Amino acid sequence: MSRNVIKLDAKKVNSELFTLTYGALVSQLLKDYENVEDVNKQLERMGYNMGIRLIEDFLARTGSGRCYDFKDTAEKIQSGFKIFLGITPSITNWSVAGDEFSLCFETNPMSEFVELPDHCLSLKYCNLLPGVLRGACEMVQMEIASWFVQDQLKNDSVTELRVKFIKRLEDAIPAGED
Amino acid sequence: MVIYGVYIVSKSGGLIFNHDHNVPKIEVEKPFNYPLDIKLAYENKKIVVAFDQRDGIHVGHVLTAVNGQPVTGKELDDGRDVLEMLKKQENYPITLKFSRAKMTTNEKIFLASMFYPLFAIASQLSPEPRCSGIEVLETDTFRLYCYQTLTGVKFMVVAEPSQTGMEILTKKVYELYADYALKNPFYSLEMPIRCELFENNLQSLLDTVEKSGISNV
Repeated sequence: MSRNVIKLDAKKVNSELFTLTYGALVSQLLKDYENVEDVNKQLERMGYNMGIRLIEDFLARTGSGRCYDFKDTAEKIQSGFKIFLGITPSITNWSVAGDEFSLCFETNPMSEFVELPDHCLSLKYCNLLPGVLRGACEMVQMEIASWFVQDQLKNDSVTELRVKFIKRLEDAIPAGED
Repeated sequence: MVIYGVYIVSKSGGLIFNHDHNVPKIEVEKPFNYPLDIKLAYENKKIVVAFDQRDGIHVGHVLTAVNGQPVTGKELDDGRDVLEMLKKQENYPITLKFSRAKMTTNEKIFLASMFYPLFAIASQLSPEPRCSGIEVLETDTFRLYCYQTLTGVKFMVVAEPSQTGMEILTKKVYELYADYALKNPFYSLEMPIRCELFENNLQSLLDTVEKSGISNV
């Protein structure tokens, strides 16, 4: 189904359908949990579970190799956004040690029609994304942390996602890779 | 152009999928007179041909039926011991059916978990750092191609030695796995893959490769 004539250009779907489906998910979570913090946590967890599967799709499609430096990782994450969301966030704000960078989104298809109501100003609407990144990197034996520092939904000029390298998961590296 | 089978081994070394594709079935049925001029032996809970091969019955083939009755272990369905029966002249002439031994699922799981340390040893033995582990294992009758993904899953294809493009095929199987196993919300990671869509797509991929080569996929 997803793979027809042109292999890399998998079946496209209108981003609005995706935006609305995600919106339905978030608003359902808000109904299910009383606490906005719980919703943030739940979104991150769901993202994690998506990430550990999505990474295989990314690797199978791009055939990309292992990263031996974090700059490389940043570029691969960027290309992942291109493939799965059709956007190219810019990579900025490298830390001096080179273990932290930011992804800046001018536009974000996930929050396109969204305005945050007053009672959930602490909601991290796109908190699925940090989860996806964490899950995906964990499967390629890299522990990272990721969080939002700026959000257009909270009247910042851009949405900024910070990504921090924590460690390589040495004992999880498969034989023949170390 | 024959592909014998596809195996997928999880990160922890367990067989999570196997697919027998195109293993030619060999069965020979033949009447015998007293005394039996073929040496049989009972090993691994099967009666196998130990010596004197001919007429398409080869050493290593398994006795599957006597006079049309199936053999389980060394007994017929009615409980008679086959080896005892073959010693007695009054039972002849007798029709015996032989076939090539089939691997049971348990044996496959066993072999898959044996390949795992072999792969690890190979990468440790390497004189150079960062060795990939076994990518091709070659014998006179088949070649085994193994592709390990960055996440540690191994995709193996067993094919005729003359078959080309099998490295590409392992990657195609990876794509199918990413599509039809991992995107299935009811499939949990590291568990055996029982997804019909995955199997159907794999089957058609293997058929196309056999018919028209890897370049047309």
